Amino acid sequence: MSFTDRPIWQLFLVRWREMSREPGVIFWVFGFPIVLAVALGLAFRNKPPEVQVIAVVESAGAVGVQDAAATNDAATNQAVAAAVAAIDAIEGMKAERLDVATAAEWLRSGKALLVLDPGDPPRFTLDPTRPGGRLAEIAVRDALEHARDPTSRLAVTEEIVTAPGRRYIDFLLPGLLGMNLMSGGVWGVGWALVLMRTRKLLKRFAATPMRRSDLLLSFMLFRIVISLVEALFLVAFGVVAFAVVPRGSWLDLVALVALSALAFGGLGLLVASRAQNSQSAAGLMNLVTMPMFLLSGVFFPADNFPAWMQPVVKVLPLTALNDALRAVILDGSALSATWPQLAILAAWGVLCFSVALRVFRWL
Amino acid sequence: MSDPAIRIRGLVKRFEGVAAVDGVDLEVRAGECFGILGPNGAGKTTTIEILEGLKQPTAGAVELFGLPWRGHERELRSRIGIALQETELYDKLSVRETVALFRSFYPRRLEVDDALAQVDLIEKKAAWVEKLSGGQKQRLAIACALVCDPELFFLDEPTTGLDPAARRSLWEIIGKLRARGRTIVLTTHYMEEAEKLCDRIAILQKGKVIALGTPRELIARLGGDEIIEVGSDPAVAAEVFAALPGVAACLPDAGGFRLSVRGIHETLPRVIDALRQNGARPSRLATRTATLDDVFVKLTGTSIGAEEAKAAEAAQAVAQSAGARVKSARRDKGEATR
Repeated sequence: MSFTDRPIWQLFLVRWREMSREPGVIFWVFGFPIVLAVALGLAFRNKPPEVQVIAVVESAGAVGVQDAAATNDAATNQAVAAAVAAIDAIEGMKAERLDVATAAEWLRSGKALLVLDPGDPPRFTLDPTRPGGRLAEIAVRDALEHARDPTSRLAVTEEIVTAPGRRYIDFLLPGLLGMNLMSGGVWGVGWALVLMRTRKLLKRFAATPMRRSDLLLSFMLFRIVISLVEALFLVAFGVVAFAVVPRGSWLDLVALVALSALAFGGLGLLVASRAQNSQSAAGLMNLVTMPMFLLSGVFFPADNFPAWMQPVVKVLPLTALNDALRAVILDGSALSATWPQLAILAAWGVLCFSVALRVFRWL
Repeated sequence: MSDPAIRIRGLVKRFEGVAAVDGVDLEVRAGECFGILGPNGAGKTTTIEILEGLKQPTAGAVELFGLPWRGHERELRSRIGIALQETELYDKLSVRETVALFRSFYPRRLEVDDALAQVDLIEKKAAWVEKLSGGQKQRLAIACALVCDPELFFLDEPTTGLDPAARRSLWEIIGKLRARGRTIVLTTHYMEEAEKLCDRIAILQKGKVIALGTPRELIARLGGDEIIEVGSDPAVAAEVFAALPGVAACLPDAGGFRLSVRGIHETLPRVIDALRQNGARPSRLATRTATLDDVFVKLTGTSIGAEEAKAAEAAQAVAQSAGARVKSARRDKGEATR
């Protein structure tokens, strides 16, 4: 029997033909992660920081005071002008003269980072959850102090660092790669199997002497090949577009991607092992993948979650994959240094496979 | 003749306590075309899927070529060809690729082009499955079944939902398989199909075999091989017709009766006289040769033809809405008759 007549090869070909003849699938596999990387790369690129707007209340001392007419106009104007001048002198900041109500509105909508009422004493209003609010307050306070007493400033110099490896895109790309490997594994395997079940193709196959392991094996082989192509594509894109050059060994990367294909392919197999229609399968797949999108450190470090959640977060396969990918790509670690992550991925793969094979529904 | 191709004894299949197949005994001889007939829900598909080794019986024994399924799964699967009722093959595969895929599963096999030639799909071999008509898809399903050169075919409602032309072309293909000495088991609810294709027929109702024999034998059981369909205004009691000489059976039919008669040249005038004597005028009067549908009406009191009409409507809907899947028509039909 020639190789091309073997079931495993024919079944592998089916997977390839189905994918390559469905333009939409090609987009989701290759286009989508690129679009996401470009969009996020642009959004978080190292651009000069935006000008921060500080609202200066025109009627100084009016905030919190019922009777605005009680203020002295000449003194107020002087205080406001001094504050505006001091703020405008700070690099990257701009003052806006506003009335009390507008200033509050600007702060609420985010147009202004900080509201300054230049009365005596000056009064700041800010939202502590907005990044930069506190820093802006300190800078403005420093400028006001300096305006009052020019000798009070501490002389400092600063140096700005934007080396590859420490940018957001460096953090993001391995995360996107991990996310894509997960979605591709769960959806690529799970969806195809559920469709085969709803279309009674699994049943038709079960009525032939085809070895059932051949079908599942063909899915896994295809998943490994496609995962490697996906990974190569995304890594190459990172090198070309954002100069994110993997520092670790390419061979390690290949091994890691192949292992992840087995883990997530197994997860897809498990999710699809009993689902009888595509709606419930889609629901299940979302249920499985959504928490990992959020928890597994794709867009922000998984360490941000509180300590009591960490045991759960760390044991998720995508967290393990992302940690290992970042170690290999960004830190140049050897794969052996990431053995706990590898063990987690392998455990998921073995667990999912053995359960799925037991409960898999052919009819 | 050697071993029967199929032997079924005391077959029972219960789903949550409800018996879909309720004590079936049958033998299918090697080389014959055996039809399993019955309305929807009679247990046809359940029976055939047990024979195909896809379902486990609750009780009873099934042997193919003298072998039970247990312990002989691979061998038996290699020797049978199957067309399931609702398989949708891969849309994006070509006809040739689809047959090559199924071919790869079997130890003994025909060339792809051979299989395609037998179902007359050679000129479509490069076309994607999604571009095929309902009839072509069904022929492709049969090509996938015969690529392993099986001794035994199972065809579950091979022509349901197809337009008349596609149905006839499928009959021709099945006829050729039969002429080549293959054993064929097919289910259908088209009486015409069973009469045309089958050597022997089992009629199933509520999971039981209620009649078994050649189409001729079954029709002969009516007691008369010709039928008079009569309706009158005002209506006349059944006893009036049943008492006439030459009338073997009188069964209620839509708005009148189906009379199963012998010697139609003598019996027809008697029927007309009887109407006149009862002061009634015929609103409908037709004669024809008896069919299996008449057998079915006699056995069950209801016509399978009513279902057939609905299925035909569904088939027409498929023919009209280009691109609609056969399956959806089947589903419509299923809902309409359930």
